Amino acid sequence: MAAMLEIQNLHASVGDKPILKGIDLTANAGEVHAIMGPNGSGKSTLANVLAGRPNYVVTGGTVRYDGRDLLTMKPEDRAREGVFLAFQYPVEIPGVNNAYFLKSALNAIRRHHGEPELDAIEFLQLIDDKLKALGLDESFTKRGLNEGFSGGEKKRNEIFQLLTIQPRLAILDETDSGLDIDALRIVAGGVNSLRGPDRAILLVTHYQRILNYIKPDFVHVLVDGRLVESGGEELAHELEKTGYARFEPPVANVP
Amino acid sequence: MTDVDPRQPYADAFAQSEGDAPGADLPWLRDLRGRAMARFQERGFPTLKDEEWKYTNVAAITRTSFRRPVGARNGVSSGDLERAAFHGFKGIQLVFMNGQYTPRLSEVRTLPEGMEVRSLAEVLQDEPGAVEPHLGRYASFDRQPFAALNTALWEEGAFVRIPAGLEVPQPIHLLFVTIAGGEPTIAHLRNLIVMERGAQATIVESYVGWGDGAYFTNVVSEAVVGENARLDHYKLQRESEQAFHVGALQIHQERSSVVSDNSIAFGGGLVRNDVNAWFNAEGGELALDGLYVLGGRQHVDNHTRIDHAKPHCTSLELYKGILDGHARAIFYGNVTVHKDAQKTNAMQTNKNLLLSKDALVDSIPGLQILANDVKCRHGSTIGHMDEEAVFYLRSRGIDERAARSLLTYGFASEVVNKVRVLPLRAALGAWLVSRLPGAEVIREAL
Repeated sequence: MAAMLEIQNLHASVGDKPILKGIDLTANAGEVHAIMGPNGSGKSTLANVLAGRPNYVVTGGTVRYDGRDLLTMKPEDRAREGVFLAFQYPVEIPGVNNAYFLKSALNAIRRHHGEPELDAIEFLQLIDDKLKALGLDESFTKRGLNEGFSGGEKKRNEIFQLLTIQPRLAILDETDSGLDIDALRIVAGGVNSLRGPDRAILLVTHYQRILNYIKPDFVHVLVDGRLVESGGEELAHELEKTGYARFEPPVANVP
Repeated sequence: MTDVDPRQPYADAFAQSEGDAPGADLPWLRDLRGRAMARFQERGFPTLKDEEWKYTNVAAITRTSFRRPVGARNGVSSGDLERAAFHGFKGIQLVFMNGQYTPRLSEVRTLPEGMEVRSLAEVLQDEPGAVEPHLGRYASFDRQPFAALNTALWEEGAFVRIPAGLEVPQPIHLLFVTIAGGEPTIAHLRNLIVMERGAQATIVESYVGWGDGAYFTNVVSEAVVGENARLDHYKLQRESEQAFHVGALQIHQERSSVVSDNSIAFGGGLVRNDVNAWFNAEGGELALDGLYVLGGRQHVDNHTRIDHAKPHCTSLELYKGILDGHARAIFYGNVTVHKDAQKTNAMQTNKNLLLSKDALVDSIPGLQILANDVKCRHGSTIGHMDEEAVFYLRSRGIDERAARSLLTYGFASEVVNKVRVLPLRAALGAWLVSRLPGAEVIREAL
């Protein structure tokens, strides 16, 4: 059986600037992959390219998702086929209700799969325990989408959406940044509850800390647009001690 | 080649109407009309050289020869009015068809003692004393040529009086319908709202146009709000896209009165909308909101002026615009804090969302502060859609068209959600959604 996600020699630019310079990565269903790296290494670019962000231009390579060419699919089609990006900086959208929006997104995905749409009552039943698990009260569903949310609330809202939509491929872009330890535990608990043999998770992070709560099967180190090392969980612990310095390109000699 | 003086047809109309205009037998009103026409003849139509009109060319109005409308059509049924009103509306309704009061379609039940919701022309016949202290006392025509024309030539409109201390729970709907077709017609409409001390009411003015063809609605509304009274006022302008609409609302606030006005413009080809408020005593509160949603070649010019003439008054203003196609909008705001109006609190905001590269907005907020102990802010923005937000919605499975519509709706909802008449809020939401692509997804997400 083909891998769920197969990235080969992926190159991508933002504006005129090449960011990804040849990424190779394979993720199978059931696996959790952590992608670690210093600031500016291209972690977020990789996450966003997979979700289809419009102004991130793929300049070479291929990405196959369930054997299909992911890169030619529109962002909404990727979402409907099971790709979910938890944003590093979720967008505030005043005037669009947080819960109703999620219901319309979920139903768009269900329609795509020929499944019956959920009505308001079924939807509320569906989200009830997810809200509780994330420590979110009911008022959370009545607010505008991310409107006036604190940084921590926005991250929890991303995980709330993730748990409701139940994607097959979850990409988490620095979901841990800016979270205190209690919030981190709650968020990690949510992500762990999603783990299963049919799903893969890509965890993009700068810090090893979240990996204490979400145990990865594989850890990859991304530096200057390339994966420079891959290993198991122990690689993350090693990085915690040594930092990313040993992977940095040598500084050019000043004449 | 001979150019007719554009003022001449109006002078002729005035000469013809003098004998049979409403209140023609009242010396004070004859005098008021005469002064207004003299001022109009002296001043003429505005041009782009006038600071207040520099973005709005009224040549299309001055060049058009308008007739008086033939009057109310008998074929219109109350069912037709459902289109113009809003579902679930339960209240008092005065209907004016082609500028004429139409009792057959109006809904005025027995009103409490002292409360009046009537044709202004009728009131002048049997109770002119109720009108004389107010009509023309607030809406100045000295520098407003269209207000001068209106004051000279008005034929019909609504008179609303809420007596002292009365709280009217149901909204009052003043509905002006023009059925266009044939030669261009003109209607000068005049409304007078008198809120006595401690009275409370909600009044909705609606302007609707049906049919094809040009017409011109020139309306002036005056609202005098007594001590401790509260007026929630709405204006829904949904004229046809061939229509000219020039409207002015003049609000006069007494001590500790509370006023809100929400001015919604979806229609009209060439539109000028003035909202002016005068704080005549301390402690007044005013919320001025507006929303214009335009496309095609619509041109809508909103002017607001708030005079903080007395201390301790608050005005909060938010106008938002959404423009598509080749639409053009102007927001010109002026808040003047007079010399002794200490402790004034004023905020003025104008925000615009451009959906096309050919849409154009001029936003000119302005504060003129002559007192030294005040809190005043103003700001304006003109921008395109946030592509980051579009991507965010798409990444959740919403298609691009619906994502853009959702964001557009979200932008407008800040003003729509201020509408306190729930059937009206629902109708506004529905009208807005019906103008946006991907309506089925939006309905679910709201």
